[in-house]
Amino acid sequence: MDTPSSQSQTPTALDDATLEARVKQALDQLAQANDSQALDQLRVQYLGKKGELTSLLKSLGQLPAEERPKAGEKINQAKQKVQEAINQRKELLEQEALNAQLAAEAVDVTLPGRSQPSGGIHPVTRTLARIEDFFGTLGFTVAEGPEVEDDYHNFEALNIPAHHPARAMHDTFYFDAHTLLRTHTSPVQVRTMEDQQPPIRIICPGRVYRCDSDMTHSPMFHQVEGLLVDENISFADLKGILQQFLRAFFEQDLRVRFRPSYFPFTEPSIEVDVDRGDGRWLEVLGCGMVHPRVFEMSGIDPEKYTGFAFGMGVERLAMLRYGVDDLRLFFDNDVKFLDQLS
Amino acid sequence: MKFSELWLREWVNPALDSDGLEMQLSLAGLEVDECQPAAGEFSGVVVGEIIKAEPHPNADKLQVCTVSDGEQEHQVVCGAPNARTGLKTAFARIGAVLPGDFKIKKAKLRQVESQGMLSSEKELGLSDNHEGIMELPEDATLGQDLRFYLNLNDMLFDVDLTPNRSDCLSIAGMAREVGVLNRTRVNPPIFKRVPADIDDSIEITLQAPQACPKYLGRVIKGVNIQAATPIWMKEKLRRSGIRSLDPVVDVTNYVMLELGQPLHAFDLARLDGGIQVRMATKDEKLTLLDGAELALSEDTLVIADEKKALALAGIMGGEDSGCTPETQDILLEVAFFDPLALAGKARDYGLHTDASHRFERGVDFQLQERAMERATELLLEITGGQPGPVVEAVEENHLPQRPDVTLRKKRLEQLLAVRLADSEVEDILSRLGLEVTDQGEAWLVKVPSYRFDISLEVDLIEEVARVYGYDQLPVKAPKASLLLQSQPESHISLRQLRSTLVARGYQEAVTYSFIDPKWSRVFDPEVTPLALANPISTELSVMRTSLLPGLTKALSHNQKRQQSRVRLFESGLRFLPTDQGLVQEPLLAGLISGSRLPESWHSQGESVDFYDIKGDLEALLALNAAPGSWQFRPAQHPALHPGQTAEVLRQQQDGQWLAVGWVGALHPQVAKQLDLRNQAYVFEVRLESLQAGEIPRFKSLSRFPEMRRDLAVIVDQHQAVGELLQEAENQGGEWLQKVTLFDVYQGKGVAEGKKSLALGLTWQHPSRTLTDEEINAQVDQIVTAFSQSFAAELRS
Repeated sequence: MDTPSSQSQTPTALDDATLEARVKQALDQLAQANDSQALDQLRVQYLGKKGELTSLLKSLGQLPAEERPKAGEKINQAKQKVQEAINQRKELLEQEALNAQLAAEAVDVTLPGRSQPSGGIHPVTRTLARIEDFFGTLGFTVAEGPEVEDDYHNFEALNIPAHHPARAMHDTFYFDAHTLLRTHTSPVQVRTMEDQQPPIRIICPGRVYRCDSDMTHSPMFHQVEGLLVDENISFADLKGILQQFLRAFFEQDLRVRFRPSYFPFTEPSIEVDVDRGDGRWLEVLGCGMVHPRVFEMSGIDPEKYTGFAFGMGVERLAMLRYGVDDLRLFFDNDVKFLDQLS
Repeated sequence: MKFSELWLREWVNPALDSDGLEMQLSLAGLEVDECQPAAGEFSGVVVGEIIKAEPHPNADKLQVCTVSDGEQEHQVVCGAPNARTGLKTAFARIGAVLPGDFKIKKAKLRQVESQGMLSSEKELGLSDNHEGIMELPEDATLGQDLRFYLNLNDMLFDVDLTPNRSDCLSIAGMAREVGVLNRTRVNPPIFKRVPADIDDSIEITLQAPQACPKYLGRVIKGVNIQAATPIWMKEKLRRSGIRSLDPVVDVTNYVMLELGQPLHAFDLARLDGGIQVRMATKDEKLTLLDGAELALSEDTLVIADEKKALALAGIMGGEDSGCTPETQDILLEVAFFDPLALAGKARDYGLHTDASHRFERGVDFQLQERAMERATELLLEITGGQPGPVVEAVEENHLPQRPDVTLRKKRLEQLLAVRLADSEVEDILSRLGLEVTDQGEAWLVKVPSYRFDISLEVDLIEEVARVYGYDQLPVKAPKASLLLQSQPESHISLRQLRSTLVARGYQEAVTYSFIDPKWSRVFDPEVTPLALANPISTELSVMRTSLLPGLTKALSHNQKRQQSRVRLFESGLRFLPTDQGLVQEPLLAGLISGSRLPESWHSQGESVDFYDIKGDLEALLALNAAPGSWQFRPAQHPALHPGQTAEVLRQQQDGQWLAVGWVGALHPQVAKQLDLRNQAYVFEVRLESLQAGEIPRFKSLSRFPEMRRDLAVIVDQHQAVGELLQEAENQGGEWLQKVTLFDVYQGKGVAEGKKSLALGLTWQHPSRTLTDEEINAQVDQIVTAFSQSFAAELRS
């Protein structure tokens, strides 16, 4: 669309001064243009079919033939200059518009995000998962068993006959004379050995129960029992695997002490202490070489095979690892506690 | 086993300090539980004597005593009831420092000056006895420093002996072990035989020789039971945790501590005829020394005379035959009771005594003569009297057997992964008192009568390892064949399920497997739960048949602590008694309550509702890639809201639907009983059904356009929408891809009692573009089915 002004001016002489003046006028007007519509109007005014610069080309015919190429080139240069100015101005305006939009869209990135915050697994599960993973890398698989157990699997088959003084070390919950809540996860090793010949590599995590409750005892807690049976398994292997485990678990090159102890189902029996740096020894687990009577009762040849078993209290390890000072917290299910350790 | 270090050192004195000894015992399997000073830290306390005790002019309960320390007399105000003229006691002079850095200064008590203090055992950190000031023997040297006089620079060891080491339940046994560990000589007191002065004796019959194969008795007449037990003996007893009573009891206790042999003394005058060691008759009555009246069972061994049971053999004496302050003549009993015969008996009667502890674990069956002579010797020294001859009844063939044990050198090497020198092994075993014969490939070992824990080869291997030192033995990494573990891909692990819930904001709980029967009845009134015979409390007395009571209780715990937004889950067994026996089955359960999101600038604090927990459960179901195999059916559960409860069903291989769990709102009455402030929603599903997944199977993707039709229908407001969605899927033809419900509306424009449902239906053909006619035919089929089955009308 031509503007009234372009109509009023008819192209006349093609002197340089006129051309320059028109270009300058165009550039001045462009600098004032503030939106794409104004820009478009100016483009038509100067560069359109009937535009002020375009129409100059039409007047070339009035010039002598030898002057026409040079004059034509000047006009085209002028047009190009104006076109470039339009492009630049357009780009500038777009950039400004985008900037304005972005500024308007800015949010306070310090405000909290919108989502369901994650919960967490229980510290016992967390500890168990680590233990399972460590032994998993060594080819141990997880075995599970019943929590309501019979006397045979919890005691007899572990070389703890009725009235054995070792039974006094287990404050047992009974249902009747033969049925009880397992006092350790060791019955799972018996059940595994009854079903399977060596090589055996299992760990048995789970709940265990003792009829005892105070600051440091809970009537229910968790244990992990491990069992490795194969040909030629020695006391040195047991020491090696547990030393590796404890150092991996605590992620410290800690001193580990092996102390003679007594469990009816292992011999030699060992209690393992760690020195956590302050020179005090802390008992962390019990273990030993599987007693030949236990092998015999479960149908494994004690001459051909040897093996070791170990057992540890999961809450105790979790308390040491995460600095929890009261066992009962593990079973209160206070969300503040769970949240801290998740 | 509690004992004084100084007493042990009388027997064996290795070049080790107390800490060294403590460490050494622990590392040899005799775990030292505690090692603490025999007295508190104090100084300036001497033996003093009360020369005069007069009432305090201004206080009823105080006395003004004149105390001599051998050099000077001091005026001391004392409130102890036993302060009396002539008493020798512990006197803290001015300048003395008592435990707790308590300095003794000149003081005025109710206007009377006190120059020092008379002290109780408790005030000096000797014991908890605070009944009065200390009573020292009359021959105590005045002015002597009390620490020196009582030999108080001593440590008390408390060793937690494992049940296999009965041989260490005495100073003699401990000394033997310390001797072995240090290669140090043990010097027992010189053993004296005390000849009979009189002929008096008593007949002994062993009527249950298996249980009691050996019984020694000795009459001692003219015993002065009023004599004072010497202070050295009292102190040793005290340091072993035993209170001094009278010299007869003290001597029997002393010999038990010294040698490990329990003894008993009867008042001879109270016996009717000879001693019979026999089994009790049914419901036979016996009153024990502690006053307890028992009705005995027939498997109980008793010591009896011709008329009555006198004592529970190896456990406790009876009141009617025990010594009294009037006793003059006694019968000393020293016996061997078989560990198996006594096993568990004390416990059956709710008893546990120093004697039963030792007999159950095994007392050296060759020790009785020596213990009898030692006790006689000590008694005569203190109480005087004339001993009769020792009467011994013994059934040799019922005494424990000690068969020789073979230790193969190769086995020892294999198990310990080290080749120890033959001489080293022989040295260790013989130091322990075992007789060793080298037979080339193996050793033949004779086991002494005091070791009840050595009958197998592995018992010897343990002894060698223990004395050699567990820490000295090599460390290796075990070698085993590599075996890949099978891991079924279709199995959804508990870890995956847990992570899904954790990502949805749940905390994992661990609640007790035993619960309050009251709560079991609320959640599972039809089932009688498995009950513990010996629960810790009623609140923890029956095995749970559901995880919901535990989670609900955890919610209540949190609400009481201002935590209103709670999201918990738990996995664990339930214990369901059935006709086929007890089913121990793992469940996964969850509970939510409070606001959907934590309080925040962008949430309005809307409370969770049924569809939140259902969505969480659906997220778990989605893990197992078997869509369409689950159903939710409106159902009733005793503890859940009747209008907001669904049974969860899973389709089995055979096409049958199996109920595997519940989801719903807690019944308002249950919430009220528990005093819950906010509504709670729960789910509980059998873990096994959540874990049975499928391996995904690829179907080629269609390149042809999807066709969608939306349908709005009006149905009765109580119509279960799930049934319509299912029907749409059934009637939509084989190319129906998806059915979505995108609106449920009641209100303006929909008749009262009705609701409007908006469904989006999407079809796609694998190999061509579907025509409008085909789609319309399917839509018609669905509309017809809706109309027939649910009286649904198309919304105009």
